[in-house]
Amino acid sequence: MNKFLEALNSGKILLSDGAMGTELQKRGLPSGACPEEFNISHPEIIKDIHRDYFLAGSDIVETNTFGANRARLKLHGFENRVKEFCIAAAQLAKSVCPDGKFVAGSMGPTGELLEPLGTLPENEAYDIFAEQASALEEGGVDVLYIETMMAPEEATTAVRAAKENTKLPVVASMTFELGNAGLRTMWGIDVKTAAEKYAEAGADVIGANCGKGFDEMIAIIKELRPLTKKPIIAQANAGIPEWIHGMSVYTETPEVIAPKAEELIKAGVNIIGGCCGTGPDHIKKIKEILDRQ
Amino acid sequence: MTEEIFKELSQAVIDGNKDKSIELTNKLLELGIDAKTILDFGLLPGMDVVGIRFRDNIIFVPQVLISARAMKSSLAILEPLLSKADLKGSGTIIMGTVKGDIHDIGKNIVSMMLRSSGFTVIDLGIDTKVEKFIDAIKKENADIVGMSALLTTTMGYMKVVIDKIKEEGILVKTMVGGAPISKAFASEVGADGYAKNATDAVKLAKQLIGIEVKENKIE
Repeated sequence: MNKFLEALNSGKILLSDGAMGTELQKRGLPSGACPEEFNISHPEIIKDIHRDYFLAGSDIVETNTFGANRARLKLHGFENRVKEFCIAAAQLAKSVCPDGKFVAGSMGPTGELLEPLGTLPENEAYDIFAEQASALEEGGVDVLYIETMMAPEEATTAVRAAKENTKLPVVASMTFELGNAGLRTMWGIDVKTAAEKYAEAGADVIGANCGKGFDEMIAIIKELRPLTKKPIIAQANAGIPEWIHGMSVYTETPEVIAPKAEELIKAGVNIIGGCCGTGPDHIKKIKEILDRQ
Repeated sequence: MTEEIFKELSQAVIDGNKDKSIELTNKLLELGIDAKTILDFGLLPGMDVVGIRFRDNIIFVPQVLISARAMKSSLAILEPLLSKADLKGSGTIIMGTVKGDIHDIGKNIVSMMLRSSGFTVIDLGIDTKVEKFIDAIKKENADIVGMSALLTTTMGYMKVVIDKIKEEGILVKTMVGGAPISKAFASEVGADGYAKNATDAVKLAKQLIGIEVKENKIE
């Protein structure tokens, strides 16, 4: 069995990492620049971020490949460098990964609308995700994280492409927001539908990431837990960003999220981590809580 | 009787029924109704309802896009018949997703709602650099520039654009929006306004150029 699934099945709650994007900005990524190109031009920065997360206690770190798909890289004229960026990113994370810890290949949305609402045919979306998933596997990742999905067709296409073109376990999450209609993605998908769609597509772990902070994440996981037997992942944002001294700063500090992370664990998550605005200090705090359990 | 058809046309836009929307638009034209009246009393009231339902989470992105498509199909029939004066509305707004960001669904919905409310919208698309914003503002003598971002790694670029506008002393109002954007962020970067959703963006745009805003209520 895949070592990652083995660790997950052992019943231990696995600690993922915090954000990549906001960490990159802290370490010099200019606004609007291509984050994935840093895998080639600034490998030391990427390695430092991964190393900091492992030191903070992460069992899993995510590669700097959230936008490393053909559709998104096109914007920077890098559409033919998917394989290069993904393999480099996987190898950078692997090079600082201690024994018994894991590297997850991050895969985000294409940024395009699928047919019939948009212009991207489903089979092309499938190929885009298959290309990225295969490259991440070739680079040596242990698991794939499909994340920040909002449109159901795109989400399930990504999971299918990952499952059918690699031997890796697939963790799949969507981004929900609390409104008048309850917790929904921008496409109006509720937690139950998301769980069903992801299970049907073959995801090994399902859950939620990004969003408006830890409080909403607790609500999502409480809703999701009774709906599925599959392991659950939760990676919340550190609240909502403010702009302070030329940087996006998130409002939820490690101290603020500590009791909330504890509640998330109680709600039944199997993998816990952070999204935008969370850093190594947030992960360290969650690690302390996990160690006390 | 025509009143009934206007209602049906609004409903076709709300339902996103493109064929019906086209059919009713043509029917009204055959009855001798002028294009501007069809727009104002058929299409726009429909789009208003769509905007409010979207704001209130009664409908979501896919339904808005389907309604927009119905509206656009009818508008394509009406546009050649509308005079320049009919189309020239409240003010001119430059819209764009900022540099490094390709996400345009939210921005497109906002652009569409602004157009529906009588604004002339110049949409610069995605990955918009500061020079492109500045050139467009000057060329169009714009009243407002609206910026959108979905990523935490790109939202900071809004400040680059706003700083440049201030540096050059251009008299244009700025408004910002997007998933990671907040009111606090907007004031930190020096924007004149922030809107949480498309309906609020229309309200904000009107306020920024001094148009009185009436509260929209849905029965």
